[in-house]
Amino acid sequence: MKNFDYVRPSTVSEAIAAATEPDAAYLAAGTNLLDLMKGGVVHPNRLVDVTRLPGLDRIEHLPDGGVRIGALVRNADLAHDPDFARSYPSIAEALLSGASAQLRNAATVGGNLLQRTRCSYFYDVASACNKREPGSGCDAHDGENRLHAVLGWSEACIATHPSDFCVPLVALDAVVEIEGRTGRREVALEAFHLPPGDTPERENVLEPGDLIVALRLPSEARSFSAHARYLKVRERTSYAFAVVSAAAALRIEGGAIWDARLALGGVATKPWRARAAEKILAGCNPDLATFRAAAETALADAKPSGNNQFKIALARRIVVRALTLAAAGTPRRIPALPASPFSSISGALHGA
Amino acid sequence: MVPEISLTQSPSHSRHGSNIGQPLTRRDGILKVKGEARYAADNHPPGMLYAVLAVSHIARGRVSFLDVRAAKSHPGVVDVMTPANKPPLAEDPDAKTNPFMFRLDLLQNDLVRYANQPIAVVIAETLEAATEGAALLSPRYETQPPRVGLDSNESFVPPAVGVGNPSELRRGDVEAGLAAASRQIDATYETPTQYHNAMEPHAIVAAWDGDALSIDTPSQGLAMAQGRIAGLFGISPENIHIRSPFLGGGFGSKGLIAGPQILGIMAARLVGKPVKLVLRREQMYGPVGHRAPTRQRIRIGADNAGALTAIDHHAKTVSSSFDDFFEPAADASHTLYASPAIATSHEAIRVDTGTPLFMRAPGEATGSIALESAIDEAAWACGMDPLAFRIRNYAEVEPISGKPFSSKALRECYRQGAERFGWSQRPLTPRQLRDEAGLLVGWGMGTATFPALMFQAEARAVIRSDGSGVMETGAHDMGQGAWTAFAQIAADSLGLDLAQMEFKAGTSDLPDAGIAGGSAHTATAGTAIHNAGTAVIARLEELATNNERSPLFGAGNAGVIARNGRLFRRDDETRSESYADILGHAGLTQIEARGKSTADPASQSTYAMHAHGAVFAEVKVDPDLGQIRVTRLIGAFAAGRIINPRLVRSQIFGGMIWGMSFALHEQAVMDRRSGRTLNANLAEYHIPVNADVPPMEALMIDEHDPYVNALGIKGVGEIGITGSAGAVANAVWHATGIRVRRFPIRIEDVLTPDPH
Ligand SMILES: Cc1cc2nc3c(=O)[nH]c(=O)nc-3n(C[C@H](O)[C@H](O)[C@H](O)COP(=O)(O)OP(=O)(O)OC[C@H]3O[C@@H](n4cnc5c(N)ncnc54)[C@H](O)[C@@H]3O)c2cc1C
Ligand code: SF4
Repeated sequence: MKNFDYVRPSTVSEAIAAATEPDAAYLAAGTNLLDLMKGGVVHPNRLVDVTRLPGLDRIEHLPDGGVRIGALVRNADLAHDPDFARSYPSIAEALLSGASAQLRNAATVGGNLLQRTRCSYFYDVASACNKREPGSGCDAHDGENRLHAVLGWSEACIATHPSDFCVPLVALDAVVEIEGRTGRREVALEAFHLPPGDTPERENVLEPGDLIVALRLPSEARSFSAHARYLKVRERTSYAFAVVSAAAALRIEGGAIWDARLALGGVATKPWRARAAEKILAGCNPDLATFRAAAETALADAKPSGNNQFKIALARRIVVRALTLAAAGTPRRIPALPASPFSSISGALHGA
Repeated sequence: MVPEISLTQSPSHSRHGSNIGQPLTRRDGILKVKGEARYAADNHPPGMLYAVLAVSHIARGRVSFLDVRAAKSHPGVVDVMTPANKPPLAEDPDAKTNPFMFRLDLLQNDLVRYANQPIAVVIAETLEAATEGAALLSPRYETQPPRVGLDSNESFVPPAVGVGNPSELRRGDVEAGLAAASRQIDATYETPTQYHNAMEPHAIVAAWDGDALSIDTPSQGLAMAQGRIAGLFGISPENIHIRSPFLGGGFGSKGLIAGPQILGIMAARLVGKPVKLVLRREQMYGPVGHRAPTRQRIRIGADNAGALTAIDHHAKTVSSSFDDFFEPAADASHTLYASPAIATSHEAIRVDTGTPLFMRAPGEATGSIALESAIDEAAWACGMDPLAFRIRNYAEVEPISGKPFSSKALRECYRQGAERFGWSQRPLTPRQLRDEAGLLVGWGMGTATFPALMFQAEARAVIRSDGSGVMETGAHDMGQGAWTAFAQIAADSLGLDLAQMEFKAGTSDLPDAGIAGGSAHTATAGTAIHNAGTAVIARLEELATNNERSPLFGAGNAGVIARNGRLFRRDDETRSESYADILGHAGLTQIEARGKSTADPASQSTYAMHAHGAVFAEVKVDPDLGQIRVTRLIGAFAAGRIINPRLVRSQIFGGMIWGMSFALHEQAVMDRRSGRTLNANLAEYHIPVNADVPPMEALMIDEHDPYVNALGIKGVGEIGITGSAGAVANAVWHATGIRVRRFPIRIEDVLTPDPH
């Protein structure tokens, strides 16, 4: 492996200073970054290990009813936090449907947000990839692109964002707290990841040295806890990335939908909030016709980026299914097969 | 859900008081659990250096430049081995003097014939330095467009398929049979490229001492590896000592020593120090073999009563541009279903990949999923239950040869498997069953079969003056439990308890145990062990019965029985003598004998020899989302004598899961333009995970076979894949009414059309 510096700062400001150098990268659990380094996809000169920074591994319930999740909280710890899982069940379910138990035990909140695409041409350093090497072209275009994006893609890049976690987060208006050279700022998760446009190498709003310190969910997010699901179609029952996924959250009062949140995963270069569909749902009865209309709207702008037409129909269906399951009510416990369509089998709902 | 696991063990499999037939746990289990089992890459001889392969990014062309200077100037790099400075070899790596000899890429020139071909080896003081050195080589290429996929080159009829099987075989008039049929199936199935992906990558630690070579490397065939290395380096096989006590899986990819292992030996020679070379996962997608893709056209004719009139099975496959291995997929139709006319044929093209090789059930697995699907289609066309249809066309003699079977308890497999599964409740028409959540449910079945092969092996048995025994043969434990099963056979043959006996295996200085492949290892090496034990007991008997002071004196005609370290007079068990006393009286410190095994030509020419089984699968399908899950898998297998039912169950389960993987998951995705595999890692090369594996059962059906070998053993290593893959595919059809003929079955294949 290429030689690189390794530094382990003890304060956030030291970390920012160390990471502002060119070709520096923050190292959290490394489950994505180290793979990319071993494959020669990225080659930082300096790793700034943030895992020992104090105070970033806490889940804080805020006085206003919101929750603040430190950037270093492990995926598994967050999903298994009883308070958190009760208040934000679709987020817990999404987390538990990702990767494997071993990876979730290591992976951090910040790292999950910033994980790179699984586009195989991005990983294959001999292929042209605008994201890896701006201007080199996109070999996915005429290549194996069955699982690529159907929404929000550009000529320059048709990759998908692979995170499960981000899908319910973006639906529930999560906010990213960032600390950088110029101080602290906040960005809505929906605006955090950038559409690929002509600059797919620029995936988010972070500037050199910027450190994610926390994620925040507004108090409103928990008002959906009775009707919130995350559902994920994948090529095996566990340990696979989403082909398509959806997070649906409803507030149902008096038999009608008062408010709705909907987002899709595996369909676009960023976690995809379906705001127009949410508008359709609000005020309607939670029935199949409504859900179908919402799904139509959510995928209205979808177009295949290659050999992936099937993902559009599939995405519509998963929206309908996620809404149907959310309307039926959050299961008392997270299903043993989190986010799996097979979890709707009665009897399959038992403790995770 | 706790999987319901059962393995019915017929008492007639075990002999009272014997080790054979006992479900002993693996003798090496504790070592493995504690991390004390030493695999090849765990060795670090003093002064050892690390070698890392640089592999080609292109699939066809030549290397025009390597930045050797940059690599060499990286701190810690000791040397870079390229075609320019590689140590000389005594044999051309492109020579092929027998069909078991495969051409290797050993830096013989600058040509590139497949992606991931080794093009240089960097040797350094640390793994990290060697890895970076390999990256710094920044190769440049002259690239030619690669040939990728089943239609990318001109097709030809291979001279032979598998290892020396005829490429075409026919019996009866297939066209006439098809013309006479009242029902016909003509269907084309495709199977993908697959890689063995053993958990343990190919690894070697090699150390030279003059012309003597010491090696730690996983091998499924120690003697053949020794011979191959000896030829390449021009040294005598006795000068080569290979240790391979444990393999982290092989599945055929470690059957023959592979190019990268030889490169490790060459690197050690170049630098004059011990060298370790371990393949990275993605480097296993090229130089160590794979299962070739196939496209199989099957035509089946049947009459009004559901009797087959013809089977025509044609398979197209690929080999590399530079060597021959042709997946014998169509041969699957030789043995299973009675038909007055059968034709099997193969064609192939050459593509720019590494040479395909044996991969667990080579030909049988690919052929089985196509044949079992086609038989299912034929049953449906005849309006018959798939099991009834198979029984209607049950082969009483081997269809292609007309030979009787040495034994065949398949009917009993069908009966017991179907009963356990509840098959009789199956509706004939697809898309009839739903579970309480509304998911589609389907039931499918497949017939399993695998030839009962015998290779050649030798073993050495010793009885020591203290009455204890030693059995030696260079057998291979790939995780299947050879350490245990062979010790059981050895203990019985020596008339000793396991504790009174030492079993030695896994090194090349022991007698040749043959190859651990073809599901024949237990049969082959087990028979040699049995014969060695029997021979040494015969020598003891001779000593005792000729010794006037022995209680056994004169028992020659009556004969003796060996048990618990004593010989007993067969007609009077009150008269016995211990091994120790027999040797003591003879003034010997030990007595030894060798035993060999080989196929018996007489029974081979008279009988067809195969293991059989029947697999029943239940799947659930979410038709809106295309999600498929196997929810039950039950197999019933007849495989001759079962040495250790626990180990056999594991083998069969592993095979059945692999069959499910074949139907639903496994596939190497290749870029058509570059010829590179895009999912060369275990995150994206999907095999079933625990959540995919349903409750399983493996019923072992009693079967005595007096012809296969002295112990009546048929193999169990590969048969589990066959039948299972088809059973799952057929269950998907039964659930959905959609017949998918391209494997693995994908989400989009089973989606119900959009109402929108
Ligand atoms: C085999 C496999 C399967 C997987 N399957 C799934 C799946 O099904 N679903 C899914 O959602 N995910 C999946 N993942 C991805 C996994 O969730 C991510 O690898 C993980 O979340 C990354 O977290 P980490 O802490 O290891 O990040 P790292 O690898 O340490 O870092 C990732 C990136 O984030 C940056 N970074 C980390 N922390 C910060 C911070 N606080 N501020 C600024 N930058 C930061 C790093 O510089 C780096 O660029 C899988 C991963 C693997 C290897
Ligand atoms: S889709 Fe994006 S990530 Fe994939 S090759 Fe094209 S530019 Fe690179």
